[in-house]
Amino acid sequence: MATKTSPDKKKTGKAADTTNGEPQAFKVIGTRPIRHDGVDKVTGRAIYGADVQMAGLVHGRILRSPHAHARIKAIDMSAAEKMPGVVAVVTGKDMPDLRDKMADLGEGTVNLAHLGANCLAHGKVLYKGQAVAAVAATSPHIAEEALKKIKVEYEPLPAVTWVLDAMKDDAPLLHDNVFTSEMGKLGKQPSNIAVHLHFEKGDVEKGFAEADVTIEREYKTASVHQGYIEPHVSTALWNHDCHLTIWTSTQGAFTARQQTAELLQIAISQVTVVPCEIGGGFGGKISVYLEPVAAILSRKCGRPVKMIMNRNEVFEGTGPTPGSFVRVKLGAKKDGRLVAGEAWLAYDAGAFPGGMIGPGCMCVFSCYDLPNARVDGYDVVLNKPKTAAYRAPGATQAAFACESVIDELAEKLGIDPIELRLKNAAREGTRRVDGPTYPRVGLVETLEAARNSDHWRSKLTGKNRGRGIACGYWFNIGLKSSAAANVNPDGTVTLVEGSTDIGGTRTSVAMQLAETLGIAAEDVHPQVGDTDSVGYTDVTGGSRVTFATGLAAYEVGLDIRRQMAARAAMLWECKPEEVTFADGVFRRGDKSTSFKELAGKMHQTGGAVVGRATVDPEGPSHGFGAHIADVEVDPDTGKVTVLRYTALQDAGRAIHPSYVEGQMQGGSVQGIGWALNEEYFYDDSGRMRNASYLDYRMPTAFDLPMIDTIIVEVPNPAHPYGVRGVGETPIVAPPAALAAAIYRAAGVRLRELPMAPHRVWTAKKMTNDEC
Amino acid sequence: MVKKTHVSTTINGETAEFLCEPRQSLLEILRDTLELTGSKEGCNNGNCGACTVLMDGLPVNSCLVLAVEAEGATITTIEGIAEQAHLHPLQQCFLENAALQCGICTPGFIVAAKALLDRNPKPTEHDIRFELAGNLCRCTGYDKIVRAVQDAAAALEGKH
Ligand code: FES
Ligand code: FES
Repeated sequence: MATKTSPDKKKTGKAADTTNGEPQAFKVIGTRPIRHDGVDKVTGRAIYGADVQMAGLVHGRILRSPHAHARIKAIDMSAAEKMPGVVAVVTGKDMPDLRDKMADLGEGTVNLAHLGANCLAHGKVLYKGQAVAAVAATSPHIAEEALKKIKVEYEPLPAVTWVLDAMKDDAPLLHDNVFTSEMGKLGKQPSNIAVHLHFEKGDVEKGFAEADVTIEREYKTASVHQGYIEPHVSTALWNHDCHLTIWTSTQGAFTARQQTAELLQIAISQVTVVPCEIGGGFGGKISVYLEPVAAILSRKCGRPVKMIMNRNEVFEGTGPTPGSFVRVKLGAKKDGRLVAGEAWLAYDAGAFPGGMIGPGCMCVFSCYDLPNARVDGYDVVLNKPKTAAYRAPGATQAAFACESVIDELAEKLGIDPIELRLKNAAREGTRRVDGPTYPRVGLVETLEAARNSDHWRSKLTGKNRGRGIACGYWFNIGLKSSAAANVNPDGTVTLVEGSTDIGGTRTSVAMQLAETLGIAAEDVHPQVGDTDSVGYTDVTGGSRVTFATGLAAYEVGLDIRRQMAARAAMLWECKPEEVTFADGVFRRGDKSTSFKELAGKMHQTGGAVVGRATVDPEGPSHGFGAHIADVEVDPDTGKVTVLRYTALQDAGRAIHPSYVEGQMQGGSVQGIGWALNEEYFYDDSGRMRNASYLDYRMPTAFDLPMIDTIIVEVPNPAHPYGVRGVGETPIVAPPAALAAAIYRAAGVRLRELPMAPHRVWTAKKMTNDEC
Repeated sequence: MVKKTHVSTTINGETAEFLCEPRQSLLEILRDTLELTGSKEGCNNGNCGACTVLMDGLPVNSCLVLAVEAEGATITTIEGIAEQAHLHPLQQCFLENAALQCGICTPGFIVAAKALLDRNPKPTEHDIRFELAGNLCRCTGYDKIVRAVQDAAAALEGKH
């Protein structure tokens, strides 16, 4: 069931397998065709957001707050407006007043006033880097100079940037209209604590009373950024017929359309969003930042306006992931059976409520069958950029805590860490603390594959070296997807889908259509549609595209098969039900015709065949992973070097194994960066001090070994080909796996991310001094 | 407004002349004036390598080169890597190895890897990782990029 997939490059599919009881022999699924958009991307021809050019284009730039917290007393734009080359200047006052309007964005509701103020501040700035005003000019340099001529008078206020400080009664208050929401009730006093969540299962006190061993620890994590290499970019044209077109880099064209329309209080039909190729997102390109600002600048000057953030603005003005404090307590019997768990999590949401605490609470114990558990979570506002989703949002912080306690328990009980996990692993029927019961999931198989892996069975030798393992979980969501396809007379198919392609999903979706039609992957030509040319499709996120948009492609295939069978029936003068289809061939009695032949007769049998589908699969598909890390700790500097790394994951079914491996490798490395090095440094005034790639320092090729992958396939019962989705789970396990490895290498347990050299060195020194 | 300077260069084998302001970077001219948008901007301060081009055979971050400095230079951008109808082996190996996900870093990596292979046709894994450390990729974890460069080195060796 587990395949070690790296480094061999298997080009052929599996001969036969079983999904959902049906024997399936795949021709396309499991192979590794070259992605359809590949040539454009290796030759520089693909058009990303910043590559959009058009006649009359002007350039927009944003003025940002130098303060972490301040009241805006006055803005004087007159000098900027008078500069030659400047064509428009706007502030928050140019956007509609949205007060407390809420909008349903498909994946939850947002407060539009907050979303709007995050695009252009109203009255107050809540973090350094918040947008305050914007200029459009005939060149980006003139726009930049004009920013310096805008005079903003601020009244600085005290700022707070650490989550536990922000929860204190005497903390600087960010909003006077945010009250703690708790068990459906709102608090009486305004508070920085926006939400308190509580989940409970079984009898926690009784559970701990039965435990032979109990361990309780506290963990901290710093804010980290998604780090996509392409900065945010949008071009807007508010045409003279009042139609607004936006070319942008987004994970979801439809959600960008809706957010923009809601913020500007115009009809969604007045807005077309054209999603360009996107240079990475990881959750950070779902909220709009530039789109509404470019739109109002364009409305003011009557020309298309292009806005590109610089890297510094990306760090300071767009969503990092929450900084967090997590306390986890676990109790177990001598034989390793877990009996009770308790978790207390505080996540910062950044400047506006609505952070990642919900999934954090749901994921903290998601890998284990815990009979008794209690989880409390707090969503806290403070003077940092509004957080955004980052790959399995909220799960990594929680897993760092829980998995680290599991590792300590294993040590204390003298049980192998994989055996302890297997003993308690979530499986079909396990109920999570927040309620849902798992269907068939693949954690046990993943852990068994880890136990049997070369890596785990190999011996790690040498001084200052250690090995660790940890698990990770992410829900993987369904949501809405649409797709349509035209059959061409040469038997190829043109597929239009609504999911922006960030990592090769055009191909993984097209492959599922090809499999369904019995044609080659290359015979499907996929493209991503804009909001006027394809049905509503939710964001590329939640590890959902290969799963849900793939399901839509499968349904499109069934629709085409039905229509083509009717064409065959017409030619053979029989009923459509009498025509069967298998392996790309339509048959009735001794008559048969291939998909290609029949497509060639399309124009004699009634014209075009157009398949279409729209899906909204319910429930998550549950992605479990396990990561093994070997490290060496430099005793003189505390620097951690990753020597060997293996990521294992239940993919359900790997449609294109190379891109599954790629997700696992990329997610692992983001997790390694988060674990060992990445961090927002704040000074006492709440200003970020390392807002450049050089100072933030993401992992480079030179920092890493090869990342081995083992794909486990326990088919998802809720998908015709068994797909589970893979994108997010791989970021969850690395910090805990590395912390466990560091412990075995250096004898110190690190409980704060990042586990940067100074922390490792200091922890080591403190233990040595104690001895 | 400052007076623009006339610059003549050779880009991807053809003579290219342009007018630029002294403050404009080579990247800006390539992208906005010459419409060679294959070179990408990830940071505009030399940290990410997405804008890498070859200048007289050496890899440079074009965001750190002033356009006026390009006078007389021979420049190769990602648009000039393929040979007429054929992809360069690096491009082919990037495709076969799935060495790109979002693809924004890919032009910079391919140009930087070409500079490496031009100088060192048989690089070790260590050489590749060291030489490409100036190019950031946030999607792939570099594994498949390193393998693509190894495969391209092997393919090029077969050619010679
Ligand atoms: S854009 Fe030139 S190095 Fe990043
Ligand atoms: S493929 Fe996205 S940054 Fe490299």
